[in-house]
Amino acid sequence: MTKVPLTTRQIPDRLTHPFQSALFSWQSLLLLVAVMIFIVNCFATPYFLSPWSLSDATFNFTEKALIALAMALVIISGEIDLSVAAIIAFASTMMGLALQFGVGTPGLVAVGILTGLICGAFNGVLVTGLGLPSIVVTIGTMSFFRGLSFIVLGDQAYKGYPTSFAFFGQGYVWWVISFEFVLFLIMAVLFYILLHRTNFGRWIFVIGNNPIAAEFSGVRVRRIKLVLFCLTGIMSGVAAVLLTSRLGSTRPSIAQGWELEVITMVVLGGVSILGGAGSIIGVVLAAFIMGLVTFGLGLLNVPGIVMSIVIGGLLIAVIALPILAKRLQQRNIK
Amino acid sequence: MKHLLKSREIWLFLALVAVVICTTFRSPAFGSLNNLLGIFNNSSMLIILALGQMVVIITRSIDLSMAANLALSGMCVALINAAYPEISVPVLVCIAMACGTILGAFNGLLIWKLGIPSIVVTLGTLTIYRGVIFLIAGGKWVNADQLSPAFIQGTRLDFLGLPLLSWCAIAITLAFFVMMTRTAPGRSIYAVGVNPTASVYAGIDLGKTVFTAFCISGLVSGLCGYLWVSRYVIGSVEVAKGYELSIIAACVIGGVSIAGGIGTVVGTVLGALFLGLVNSALPVINISPFWQMAISGAAIILAVVFNARSERRQGRIILKNTGSDP
Repeated sequence: MTKVPLTTRQIPDRLTHPFQSALFSWQSLLLLVAVMIFIVNCFATPYFLSPWSLSDATFNFTEKALIALAMALVIISGEIDLSVAAIIAFASTMMGLALQFGVGTPGLVAVGILTGLICGAFNGVLVTGLGLPSIVVTIGTMSFFRGLSFIVLGDQAYKGYPTSFAFFGQGYVWWVISFEFVLFLIMAVLFYILLHRTNFGRWIFVIGNNPIAAEFSGVRVRRIKLVLFCLTGIMSGVAAVLLTSRLGSTRPSIAQGWELEVITMVVLGGVSILGGAGSIIGVVLAAFIMGLVTFGLGLLNVPGIVMSIVIGGLLIAVIALPILAKRLQQRNIK
Repeated sequence: MKHLLKSREIWLFLALVAVVICTTFRSPAFGSLNNLLGIFNNSSMLIILALGQMVVIITRSIDLSMAANLALSGMCVALINAAYPEISVPVLVCIAMACGTILGAFNGLLIWKLGIPSIVVTLGTLTIYRGVIFLIAGGKWVNADQLSPAFIQGTRLDFLGLPLLSWCAIAITLAFFVMMTRTAPGRSIYAVGVNPTASVYAGIDLGKTVFTAFCISGLVSGLCGYLWVSRYVIGSVEVAKGYELSIIAACVIGGVSIAGGIGTVVGTVLGALFLGLVNSALPVINISPFWQMAISGAAIILAVVFNARSERRQGRIILKNTGSDP
């Protein structure tokens, strides 16, 4: 999928001021877009600007955003995981199965997260142990994991989760601040520290930019990639706990199509799909943008399928515009 | 002979024969010529689409929007047929193919002119095309009673004992075989996949070749748009939802390397037939259809493992492998 870049590299005659580069960075563009969408929403519908509806809006994207945080690391390292939604389905099915054996709330959470970890490790071992391309492996496991849910459940559904279990997806920590949202913010901070403030995070960038050079520099490429796939599995398990708790039931078709939305979120957040570049702040902003767009359009009675046009268009436009702008700039220089 | 035994197509073909024989032991009617031709007919569209996807994957790209393209082109001709039943079917087929090619060219242009990775572009257009179906149809379905009899008969007409749908698949397979092995554009598609830098030096336009590949995948998606609506007699937003993954699965099972440059027409056709055969064998040996998804998933994973092993054997080792994945 990689193309051979044929452009000449330009060397600036003076360094740009840090403030100036921050101003024209991807994150500030995203922030601008997010604020604009927020303002447009405020004018478009009177129901938007109330604490409770804003709180409702967060439920739309927190579960996907949790996975997007881990997916960002996987994509920065040059791999991809298309099986996340299938992991949610399988983890949710396993929790339902555990429920039939009378497992209590803490046990259900453990089962969900553990299933996610096992699925993630399975992907990771196939990719790193056997050296297979992650895109095909996870297309395979995507239908394999969801297929397992279909084998267990068929056309049935698991219901009757305990009331204490409902807290994770429906509970509020304080006033309108939901548990899901708080968990997302905490995770965002943790992932920010992991990616931008630790050696491990630097290694991810190194691997994404040049895996062979990374290997020769003593970075344990395979082990780190394995950890990243496990991490994505765990986050999918967490998302499965939240989603199952929010819906109160499990069907094999749960979270269908989420993998594409999660990847859209990550790419929109400025993570290069070719690996080696990206930031957690961008991903968090992109999550807010997608949440606000879908919620605002929902309040305006726009059907979900039409929203997908907006999301798809946003994905292409946000990537195409900087390329076009750069090209115009270069033309002006000449 | 040794070369023949090493080729993947032979093994895949033997696997197909094994599935047929095993299932026939369970239920004798399965191995009958009529049933096998029926399975071929059912797999026709998968074969056609997988061939289109193969061309794209060989150029180191991927087209996730094929199923959405199919659904949109299908909806276009279904709506035209419902509104103007007097337009003849061949014209409608041409319209469907033109529609598909335009949608494919849109993907190709974004990749060629802007240099956006194909997976991102087609991920975006996948949702856009689905959304556009909803818009042009106003959220409604096109049902059997709105379509003209000639439109529905288009895939069912018998010609020399086979339905036209099967003939379509045979004709397209032959066309792809000739194109990929006997013509300059086909060879340059392989060249771009094997080594983009070398192919630029050889005078091949990289971007244009990838663009052509996407036009081809769009063309066959458009054709299948008509075939799908005619065969299943329904036009809706949900048509062929999730089918893009089956298409890729058929390619992978057929030995097309996702890294580009490797893949044959015969292998891809066998890969598509394998999926079609397994899907129709399951109910016969009393396995619930709910197992289908997991089995095709497992088949993909096994195929990738197999691909990786056969790809590694090719070429000389110049530098000693240090155990890193390239």
